[in-house]
Amino acid sequence: MDTRIDPTVHDTATTPHGPWPEDSLARVPYWVYQDQDNYAREMRRIFEGATWNFVCLEADIPKKGDYRTNQAGGMPVIVVRDADGSINCFENRCAHRGALIAFDDGGNVQNNFKCIYHAWSYDLSGNLRGIAFERGINGQGGMPKDFKRETHSPRKWRTTTLCGLVFATLSPDTPPIEEYLSAEITGRVKRVLNRPIRVMGRFTQPLPNNWKLYVENVKDTYHASLLHLFFATFRITRLTQAGGVLVSPDGAHHSSYTIGSTDVAGAEAFREKDLRSENDDYKLADPSLLDPVEEFGDKIQLQILSIFPGLILQQIHNCLAVRQVVPKGIDKMELLWTYFGFADDTPEMNKRRLKQQNLVGPAGFVSMEDGCVGGFVQRGIAAAGEKVSVVEMGGSAAESQATRATESSVRGFWKAYRRHMDY
Amino acid sequence: MDVARLVELNAAYARAIDNEKFEQWPELFADPCLYKVTTAENVAKGYESGIMYADSRAMLEDRVSALRKANIYERQRYRHVVGLPMVLDRKNGAASVETPFLIVRVMGDGTMALFATGCYHDKVATDGTGALKFAERVVVCDGARFDTLVAIPL
Repeated sequence: MDTRIDPTVHDTATTPHGPWPEDSLARVPYWVYQDQDNYAREMRRIFEGATWNFVCLEADIPKKGDYRTNQAGGMPVIVVRDADGSINCFENRCAHRGALIAFDDGGNVQNNFKCIYHAWSYDLSGNLRGIAFERGINGQGGMPKDFKRETHSPRKWRTTTLCGLVFATLSPDTPPIEEYLSAEITGRVKRVLNRPIRVMGRFTQPLPNNWKLYVENVKDTYHASLLHLFFATFRITRLTQAGGVLVSPDGAHHSSYTIGSTDVAGAEAFREKDLRSENDDYKLADPSLLDPVEEFGDKIQLQILSIFPGLILQQIHNCLAVRQVVPKGIDKMELLWTYFGFADDTPEMNKRRLKQQNLVGPAGFVSMEDGCVGGFVQRGIAAAGEKVSVVEMGGSAAESQATRATESSVRGFWKAYRRHMDY
Repeated sequence: MDVARLVELNAAYARAIDNEKFEQWPELFADPCLYKVTTAENVAKGYESGIMYADSRAMLEDRVSALRKANIYERQRYRHVVGLPMVLDRKNGAASVETPFLIVRVMGDGTMALFATGCYHDKVATDGTGALKFAERVVVCDGARFDTLVAIPL
């Protein structure tokens, strides 16, 4: 049982800094990105609370004993395939002295994990099974006779899967995944992950900002055409293109999308505003970088989907990836990129994906700026903990909208955040 | 293949990038070519993806155009320290070469950080004029971490 004492527990719906500003989803106080106690509260109430945390892909652990290690919020976890094909997840912390039970990224164990420190061992469900020298040596030493192994195990997470994504939760109250996501968002996950995938590569991008600044950036459909010149110039997306944003009723999850079309008239809206990210002269010397094919049969060229609190599923043409947000302190995080294709990809499709992967990741033509802009906010607000940001494009509610000139899904994030945090 | 010439090719490569003469960088490659930035772990697992991937000199030129005209990032430079090339194999006029590297990122305010270490896995061949060119340069980084962003080629 978890007996930690939490100094930040509140009886009333107020924050460590008083009531939420204007009690509005369109205002976000900057201390949420800076406050150490608030960060600890997030780890417990959000990541260890009634949320589904992405922990690995089913493709990572196809066989019995295959495991991956990961971090759910602040907690190191092991995700492992059991003999019956089910997936278990438990805290990666030996019940004895707290050492990591597994310290690799992943691998295969036959039937048990063994902590290297004192060789305590655990079965694939995370139950403590073996204690070295439990009965001592020559009748001396050893554990007390009344020591109960079954009450000393790492914390166990409940797991679920959706289309090859594996999620885990510590809370008994987290609803089934499809209910958690809502029917609309679930449909948008199934739309992309419609058959077995294959991992094509993994990269880690440490970012110099609070984890929420990245999640907001992902949900912010307003910035894409303005910050990312590459995007707009090559007409991958542009606010004037057809598209919109779906927000789950609880605000937590979103899916933004762009419908394919060649848009010339819309360029005027940019030209009139003299916006930097419009440059009709800029052409690719090798257009094969962007030679997309329609593969989902619905003309959606681009879909960015977020699952609260920290998973992003991305389809930019034929460039597919999941990104996991890993908090690393108030002003640090890591973004874990997994690029993937489908198991049945032709060599031509494989090559097309390899080229389109230039668009994303730490060196992505269209995602590079997202790596630094969170840090610019983190630095910009250094002396502004009691000030607020303005998140009011498209109003102050958090509903689905048929435009991307809105911050509706960002407000959705804060709606869910405040509910989980009891703010 | 003369190791001294490989050293010279690597020196020209590092100099083009570190002195921000990025337009010279594609000229060091054959056309078509392969340029990819990946990690030792991806290579070990047989994962093909790179954070940068180009199979023509024109795609390398697009990288340069993007970092000059499109992408937004804080002012920064690299300092490459490139080790000695080891020729592993020679076949059909091309040499397979491995060369270790270390890259320090120097931010506009002078902050320096060890940004990447790894090994270039190259295929080097002479072009029609007798000049050495990279037919392939796979940048295999030792670690999987790429801090903040990678605008400039490694």
